[in-house]
Amino acid sequence: MLRQEYSRPDPKRRNVADYRKKQFADPTYKETEYHHRLNFYATPPTADITLEQFEQWAIDRLRILAELEACSFRNKSQAETASHMEPLLKKYLLLEPNSSSSSKLLEERQKDHYSHFILRLAFASTEDLRRRFSRVETMLFRLRLADEGPSEKNAFIQSVNLDCDQVTEDERNKYRAELAAVTGLKKGAEEETWIKVDWERVPDLVESRRVFVKAGKAYVPSKEQASMAIAEFTKRLDRALELTARALPRLDEDDRLTPILDHLSKNFVTPDASYASSSPSVPGADISARNIDTLSTHFPLCMQNLHRTLRRDAHLKHFGRLQYTLFLKGIGLNLEECLIFWRSAFHKITDDTFNKEYRYNVRHTYGDVGGDANRRGGGYSPYSCQKILMEHPPGPGEAHGCPYRHFSLENLTALLQGVGITDRSVLHGVKEDKESQKFHMACNRVFEHIHKNEIKKAKDEGVMTSAQLETIVHPNEYFKRSYLLRNLSRDG
Amino acid sequence: MADIPTQNGDSQHSADDDVTMTGTDGDGKKDVKLEDLFADVDSDDEFPSSRPDGAKPSSPPVAPSSPVGNGNGISSSDPELLRMFYQRLFPFRYLFQWLNHSPTPTNDFAHREFALTINDATGNEIYLRYQSYPTADLIRKDIISKIPSRFEIGPVYTTNPRDRKSLRNQNSFKPLAKELCFDIDLTDYDSIRTCCNKANICSKCWQFMTMAIKTIDTALRDDFGFKHIMWVYSGRRGAHAWVCDKKARTMDDQKRRAIAGYLEVIRGGAQSGKKVNLWRPLHPHLTRSLDILAPHFQTDVLETQDPWADSERSEHLLSLLPDRALNDHLRKKWDSSPGRGSSSKWADIDAVAKSGASKGLDAQALLEAKQDVVLEYTYPRLDIEVSKKLNHLLKSPFVVHPGTGRVCVPIDTKQLDEFDPLGVPTVQGLLAEIDGWTGDAGGDGDGKALADWEKTSLKPYIEYFRSFVLALMRDERDPKVKREREEGEGMEF
Repeated sequence: MLRQEYSRPDPKRRNVADYRKKQFADPTYKETEYHHRLNFYATPPTADITLEQFEQWAIDRLRILAELEACSFRNKSQAETASHMEPLLKKYLLLEPNSSSSSKLLEERQKDHYSHFILRLAFASTEDLRRRFSRVETMLFRLRLADEGPSEKNAFIQSVNLDCDQVTEDERNKYRAELAAVTGLKKGAEEETWIKVDWERVPDLVESRRVFVKAGKAYVPSKEQASMAIAEFTKRLDRALELTARALPRLDEDDRLTPILDHLSKNFVTPDASYASSSPSVPGADISARNIDTLSTHFPLCMQNLHRTLRRDAHLKHFGRLQYTLFLKGIGLNLEECLIFWRSAFHKITDDTFNKEYRYNVRHTYGDVGGDANRRGGGYSPYSCQKILMEHPPGPGEAHGCPYRHFSLENLTALLQGVGITDRSVLHGVKEDKESQKFHMACNRVFEHIHKNEIKKAKDEGVMTSAQLETIVHPNEYFKRSYLLRNLSRDG
Repeated sequence: MADIPTQNGDSQHSADDDVTMTGTDGDGKKDVKLEDLFADVDSDDEFPSSRPDGAKPSSPPVAPSSPVGNGNGISSSDPELLRMFYQRLFPFRYLFQWLNHSPTPTNDFAHREFALTINDATGNEIYLRYQSYPTADLIRKDIISKIPSRFEIGPVYTTNPRDRKSLRNQNSFKPLAKELCFDIDLTDYDSIRTCCNKANICSKCWQFMTMAIKTIDTALRDDFGFKHIMWVYSGRRGAHAWVCDKKARTMDDQKRRAIAGYLEVIRGGAQSGKKVNLWRPLHPHLTRSLDILAPHFQTDVLETQDPWADSERSEHLLSLLPDRALNDHLRKKWDSSPGRGSSSKWADIDAVAKSGASKGLDAQALLEAKQDVVLEYTYPRLDIEVSKKLNHLLKSPFVVHPGTGRVCVPIDTKQLDEFDPLGVPTVQGLLAEIDGWTGDAGGDGDGKALADWEKTSLKPYIEYFRSFVLALMRDERDPKVKREREEGEGMEF
C-alpha cells in the first residue's frame, strides 16, 4: 500500500530527469535559431512575447488544426487536404522555405514554434485532448514534410538523427528479389538507398507491408524514410505531452494565461461529443422499442443494414451490436427500452442466454455498469462516421461498418435498391463517390435525394439555414435531420 | 479504459471488474472430503501419484444421473472430474515457469492476471477477473478449491491486480506485458469449407488449420525473428498461438496492430465481395505464403473440399475472375457438365483462356486473380482483435474444453501434419487411464514414483510443454549471466 514510486531518483536516471526540469527552469532568454522550416519542437521557447501575441498565435494555429481535423472527418485524401489547406496555411501559419528571400523567415518560424507550445499547454490536460492534439499536429507535420523540396527534406531528416544502418551491397544482392518486390519497381532496388532498422521503429510501414522484414529488421527504402521521421515526430510529441500533463498542476501561474488556455481547449470540442447526452435528439418523437421499425426509415444506410440483418438473423455480432446500440442511445432510446428492443430482437435465444451473454454489454454501453470512468461518462459516445469508417472493419459474417465503404459495389447497389433508391443518376453518383473513396459524399447524396423536396422547401421558407444543412458526418445527425425534415413537411 | 470487457469474438463474457462469490464457497466445500483437502496441503509434490495411497479410483464414484453425458456418461464439466484433473494432471509447475520465466517467483507471475469461469451451485456462470497468485503452489490450491470450468490468462500489470483498488493513483494500474497471441477459428472458414460448419470439425477441414499454422509460424520466425512460439489446440475448432519471446511480450498495442496488419490478408465482411485485395508485385511475405499454400490448395482444397461443385458456389469463383467473356465461356461449359469437380474447373480456367475464348484477355490480370483466389481459399483467417490488444485475455493451455472434454494441448509444429484434433485426450479418458495403469513391466527398477500425468496419453504434450518452457527460461537467463561475467571482468582492471 505504501508505494513510493517517485521518491528517490535512481542515480542512473538523474540525467533523464534533467530535461524535464529544463522545460521549467528559469528562462535563459537565448535567441532560438531556426535552421529548417520544419521543427521537431524539441526545445521550448524562452523569449518574451506579449499577451496578445500569445492568444492570437494560438488561435491562428488552432484554426489550422481544427480545419485539418475536419478534413480527416470528411475523409479527404492527402492531396485534397493539401489543396484545401494551402490558402488557410498561407493566411494563418505561413512558413516559407529557406530558399525564399522573405525577410520574415524568423518571425514565421517563431510564431510556428510558440503557437505549438502554447497549444501543447492547452491540450495536455486530458488523455483525449492529448491524443487528438498529437494526431492533428502529426497531420500538419506530414503535410509540411510532403510540401518540402527534396534537398531540404533530406537535410531535415538527416538533422533529426534517426540512427539506423545502411544496407550493405552484399545484403542487397542477397535479397534482390524481395527488395524489388517491396519497391514495386523492376530496377528500383538497384538505385534505391536502403536503410535497416528494428521493425519496431516503423510499425506503420510494417502494418501496410511497405518494407521488407527479415529476422526482426525492417529494410526501408528511401521514399519511406519520411514516414519514419513522422513516426518519430509523433513519438516524441506524445512523450512530451505526457510530461507536460504531469507538470501542469505545478504550473504556478497567475490568472492571465490559465483562462486563455482553458478557453482554447474548450474550442476544440470533438464532433462525437455533441451526442454524448442522452436527451432525445428529436423532440416529440416516440422513441421506444416497438417504434424502431417505423423510425428505421430515417436511419442512414449503415444502421438500416444493421437493422435488416438483425431482423433477418435475429442476431448481430459484437461490433454490430455495439455500433447499433450506441446509435439507438444517440437517438434517445433509453436503457430500459433498449434492453427490451434487443431482447425481443434476439428471439431465437432463451432469456437465460440473453441475460448471461448480452444484457451486460448493453448496460455497459449505456454506462450503467463498469468502472468509475465509464459510469461517470454515461458509457460511450455514439460512433461518428469517421470512427465507423476507420475502426474495426467488418470481418466474415459481420454487418457493421459503412456500407458505402465496406460493401462491394454490386452488394451496395443491391442494398440501396432494397431500401428504395432506384434513381439511376443517384446510383451512378454513389458509384463514383465510392470509387474516389468519398463515402460521406455518397451517403449525403442519398440523403439529399430522399429529402430533395423537403430540403428545397426548408431552404425556401428559411426554416433551416444552410449551416444546418451542411455535410452530415455523424449517423445520429443523419437521423435527426431526416426526422426533422420529414415532419417539417407534414406540418406544412 | 481498463475495464472495457475484452471481446472474444461473439461469445461475449460479461466481464465486470470483479464479480465476487459470496456464500458459494461454503456450499462447495461440503462436497470435498476433509482428508482430500489435507492430503493436498501436506503434499508439496505438484504431480501427486496415486500409487502410494493404494487403490483409490480416480474417476468419481458417482457417474450416473448426468443428463448432459459425454463419452462415458460423465459430463466434462462435472466438478468432481475437474477437481481430479486439476489435482492430478494439470501441469501447474510448468505453467508457472512458463509465465514466470525463471524458477524463483518474480513479478512476471505475481502480477499476472488470471480470469476464472466458475459454475456456481445454481448453474450460473461467474466470471472472476483480476485473480493473481504469487507462486505455483498457490495458484494450484486456489484452482483446486474453486474448480473453474476454465481459466484465461491476461497481461502482467504494473502492480498486483488484486491490489488495484488500493492504489492512490488508479491510472498507474496498467498492463505491461503479455505474450503476442493469435486465434484462428474454423467457423471463420464456413464460407469456403464444405465438409462441416459452425462448431463442427473433421480431419478434412482441420487441414485449413494446418496450413494456417505453417504460414503464420513461418512468418513470425523468419520475418520477425521470434523463437518461442507455442501453438495450442483450443479444445474444439481452433488453435491459439502464444509468442513468448521477451520482445514480443513487451510490445505495445501499436506494434501488435502492426504485426496483425502485416499478417492479415482476408478482409471484409459478409457483403464485401472479393476478400483479397493486394498490391502487385506481391510482398515477399505473400510470395512465400503462396509457396507454402499452393500445394495445399491443390490437394486439401480442390480435391478434398471440392468448393465449387454446385453452380451457386462456382458462381462465386467466377465473380472473382476479371474477364467477362472468359466467365461466360466457363459458365456455359460448367452448366453443360454438372458435377464437374473443382480441380477440373480450376484447370478449365487456363485451358479456356489459352483457347482464345476472350479476345481482350489480360493474362496478367487473370494470373493475379487466380493468386487471389488461392489466397482466399487457403490463407489463414485470423480473429485479429485477439492479437491487437495487450490486455486481451486468452484461455490457458491445458484447461478442459467444457463442451468436448478435450484438453487444450500444445501442438508440436514439428509433427504438425500428424496432429489429430479428434484424437486429443479427454478429461474422462485421462482419468480412466490413470486407473487402468498397471506399471510398465519391470520398468520400476529405479523405484521413482511416476507422476500421474506420465501414466496417461497427456505425457507427450506435457513433455513438449516442459521442453518449450525450459528453452524459454534458458533464453531469458542468458543475458543476465553474461552481463555479470562482463562486470566481473571489468573489476579486475
